Amino acid sequence: MSAAAGDTIFAQASGTGRAGVSVIRVSGPDAFAICANHIDVLPKAGQFKLRYFQADGQNIDHLLVLTFRSPNSFTGEDVVELHCHGSPAVVKAILAVLTRYPQARPAEPGEFTRRALENNKLDLAQVEGLSDLINAETEAQRMQAVRIFSGQLGILVESWRQNLLRAAALIEVTIDFADEDVPVDVSPEVSALMAQVMKGLSTEIAGSYVAERVRNGFEVAIIGAPNAGKSTLLNTISGRDVAITSEVAGTTRDVIEVRMDVNGLPVTLLDTAGIRDSADEIEKVGVQRAIERAQQADLRVFLKSTLDEEPPFALSQDDISLLGKGDLHVAQDSTISGKSGDGVDRLLAQIAEILSARAANVGTATHLRHRHAMEAACEALDQARSVLDQNPASAEIAAEYLRYAIRKLDSLIGRVDVEMVLGEIFSQFCLGK
Amino acid sequence: MKHHDFDVIVIGGGHAGAEAAHTAARAGAKTALVTLSLDNIGVMSCNPAIGGLGKGHLVREIDALGGVMGIAADRSGIQFRLLNRRKGPAVQGPRTQSDRKLYRAAMADLLGKTPNLAIIAGEVADFIAKDDNVSGVVLADGSEIRAKAVVLTTGTFLRGVIHIGDTRMAGGRMGDKPSVKLAERIDTFNLPLGRLKTGTPPRLDGRTINWESLETQPADDDPVMFSFLSHKPFVRQIACGITHTNEKTHAIIRDNLSRSAMYGGHIEGIGPRYCPSIEDKIVRFADKSSHQVFLEPEGLDDHTIYPNGISTSLPADVQQDYVRSMDGLENVSILQPGYAIEYDFVDPRALGPDLQVKAVKNLYFAGQINGTTGYEEAAAQGYVAGINAARCAMGQDAVIFSRRDSYIGVMIDDLVTRGVSEPYRMFTSRAEFRLSLRADNADQRLTPLGIALGTVGEARKHAFDTKMDQITACYAQLNTCQLTPSEGKKHGLNMNQDGQRRTAVELLAFPDIEFTDLEQIWPQLADHDLQVKQQINREAQYAAYIARQERDVLALKRDEAQTIPKDMNFMEIEGLSTELRQKLTKVQPRDLGQAGRIDGMTPAALTLILTKLRQYQRKSA
Repeated sequence: MSAAAGDTIFAQASGTGRAGVSVIRVSGPDAFAICANHIDVLPKAGQFKLRYFQADGQNIDHLLVLTFRSPNSFTGEDVVELHCHGSPAVVKAILAVLTRYPQARPAEPGEFTRRALENNKLDLAQVEGLSDLINAETEAQRMQAVRIFSGQLGILVESWRQNLLRAAALIEVTIDFADEDVPVDVSPEVSALMAQVMKGLSTEIAGSYVAERVRNGFEVAIIGAPNAGKSTLLNTISGRDVAITSEVAGTTRDVIEVRMDVNGLPVTLLDTAGIRDSADEIEKVGVQRAIERAQQADLRVFLKSTLDEEPPFALSQDDISLLGKGDLHVAQDSTISGKSGDGVDRLLAQIAEILSARAANVGTATHLRHRHAMEAACEALDQARSVLDQNPASAEIAAEYLRYAIRKLDSLIGRVDVEMVLGEIFSQFCLGK
Repeated sequence: MKHHDFDVIVIGGGHAGAEAAHTAARAGAKTALVTLSLDNIGVMSCNPAIGGLGKGHLVREIDALGGVMGIAADRSGIQFRLLNRRKGPAVQGPRTQSDRKLYRAAMADLLGKTPNLAIIAGEVADFIAKDDNVSGVVLADGSEIRAKAVVLTTGTFLRGVIHIGDTRMAGGRMGDKPSVKLAERIDTFNLPLGRLKTGTPPRLDGRTINWESLETQPADDDPVMFSFLSHKPFVRQIACGITHTNEKTHAIIRDNLSRSAMYGGHIEGIGPRYCPSIEDKIVRFADKSSHQVFLEPEGLDDHTIYPNGISTSLPADVQQDYVRSMDGLENVSILQPGYAIEYDFVDPRALGPDLQVKAVKNLYFAGQINGTTGYEEAAAQGYVAGINAARCAMGQDAVIFSRRDSYIGVMIDDLVTRGVSEPYRMFTSRAEFRLSLRADNADQRLTPLGIALGTVGEARKHAFDTKMDQITACYAQLNTCQLTPSEGKKHGLNMNQDGQRRTAVELLAFPDIEFTDLEQIWPQLADHDLQVKQQINREAQYAAYIARQERDVLALKRDEAQTIPKDMNFMEIEGLSTELRQKLTKVQPRDLGQAGRIDGMTPAALTLILTKLRQYQRKSA
């Protein structure tokens, strides 16, 4: 790995504002030299020491100094981290000292990560994972982000890519070495390799929808006739200590959204307009919207006003039906009362159970970009397969689709080129007649 | 003695040199070809065959540009075979065995008849050079020839060492002396050098082979020529014999591995993975108990046989033992033992896309010296170096071949962008636009360029114009022929009943609709020339895929339009890793597309380069 390049950048890496400790990161070829002017004897690379940070003959702070030598650092460059006392004044003073150096400048937003990407410390998916990790609010989001950040998508893509490279090599060998001693019919192995990758892709594509939910939140809609107790229920849930993260009006004044953390899963509860037939045009529109929104949600809680009330539209299998205003009925498993709070814990547990089961199918790919690339790859493989099935002589067309699929997968993390296919060919076949 | 001055001097009369000299002369430059011996022009030093997959594409392209290799191969071809005949046209490659003597004679004839071209026998010992600016050559006898540009095509002559077992001798090719003096001169240019190796098999006496016991591989019944100007073979066609190595062969080789130059540790150069020696095959693929060996006659009246597939650097006595262990070769005698050769090559990243040495003005390199292998790769570079040396001498702009338009462009770009780690050989899989870069349409892709450059003669131009007129007329007529799916069904065409009216051209894109099917429906189509019909059939087959690739082509075009100034300093681009800065500085890409193909390049780094480019453009605007 090469030494660090470019100018030296610095910034407060921890959040702004008063805190016990703040972290200032200095990265670049002059990180050590600059800091050595203000710290008497820098710790050796990979070590930390308690030191004074001095400037103009004065001690600015007594702080913890950590040093990392390229390439063994987050950015891949030489890095010094200053863990100072978290006072805005201390941080400001240190940053002001660093700004004096012409070879150093404040880092732009995301610049440390960009350098890590450019120095091959992280792949593109890992960068996305890092951003998710920093933004994670719930436990499930954190776990998901860590999974991506640790490079699992990269590992997965790499295994698919190996299979597809092998498949491409098998096809190319029958094309480019047709006059040599190579296997003639490679289609069984090619088909098997592609089927294996397609299976993996399909699983991941399905999982990516779940992952998207884990990232952006599951929607749970409370539906029912007007005055069924929906708003009271929502208010009760909101009023409880369930880590409400936000409360905003929906796109229309008749859909209220409450974002919360249910057992580590991000959940948005939707309080929809009461569903009933109405002559009022405005209410009609509101009701229609409520129905559409509820149908799009991940899960519905149907609050019945009477035991035998039918839902306004067909419910899905997991959907929950409860008799509302349970305080007016004999309390049992199928009743709930926002007013008395009876059954609320049970409902939350039930929601958590259903959504957790779904979250268990979460994929490694989490972003729309991942899904699009995987879907395009999957489709290309499907095309390649049908070409091979229907017209085995058109190997060059199957190869074209395969190449496209590999390129799509590669766009997830890096790039591929023909040298890799040739490398695969040469390691597998004895060529040279 | 003082020679006349020339525009271009080409050093070396091998495949690169012959093509370079012919091209430069045709382009209008007064050209001299300097070769050690007049007999060396067009010599096939390795196997007596031209073409193949990827390679055949290159020969077609050279021919389309007006070059000589295709014509010489057609005149000397004794076993034409179209490889991948049963696969799609994009991956079909013409190949032939050539009669060595006939090939040489054809090449000598073609060059001899080339106007503006003088052929001089002599050894080039030195360049006339001042301040990294070459202006001619000095021959071994001390005489000087001055020229505005010089093309060096000395193959494996740079510090060539031949190995047979533990015997080694200096030499470029069996029987030739290496150019030590010239090598020393090239050293003073401080070009990055590497070392490669290649091998040949023993040559056998065909009269001592028991042909009766062997299976044979005949020539095609319906031979496909290289040149767009040829229609049928010029000489008699022959068959090759096929035999196989066996357990006994392998045992002999295994037992003597330590005596092989390569396995005995005498060779450090890197050999090609796709053309391993028999020692290599047996070590690396130990589980294979037999390897195919083709017995290729070197000529119609030549009893020398080239056993393709058993190149070796074992001692001569071991060669005899293992060769005789094979069927049909029990009593064979070896005419010349096989040998391995090591040689220096120049890292082609030291060259520009016009094949001019970046650090030395007016000096061009072509062929094996650039790390390639194969006659076809050499000749294609010969064309590129020849045309650019001529244009340089005549004060014209360089001609750059793009990956979008030709295999030649793919190869040159690979060489100058990525360098080589083993002898570079063309494969169809190297071309990302393989479906449109076909052997069958090389003329449509390149003949207009050849006409513009002056390397295409009158006869070829006329034939090409006629063909294109015929194709245009045929397309026009096909577009007037239309039918609906239900009409098509009545004619027995298997098509989607989607109500979509289709022209005859669109119908041809269906895999199971052929031109002859259309003739049944519209008899007037039958009148067109068979070749024209075949060509349109091939084009229709890929039309949909090529249209889909159009986006990639456009993307590449856009990147190619982002030209990078020659004096761009990559070392000072902030945010690039040192490794990438060094690679960029070494290659000095001419545009963003080429920069993107540098090994290890990342999208983020490309964005940085583009940003820098914008700043640069603003500054100079």
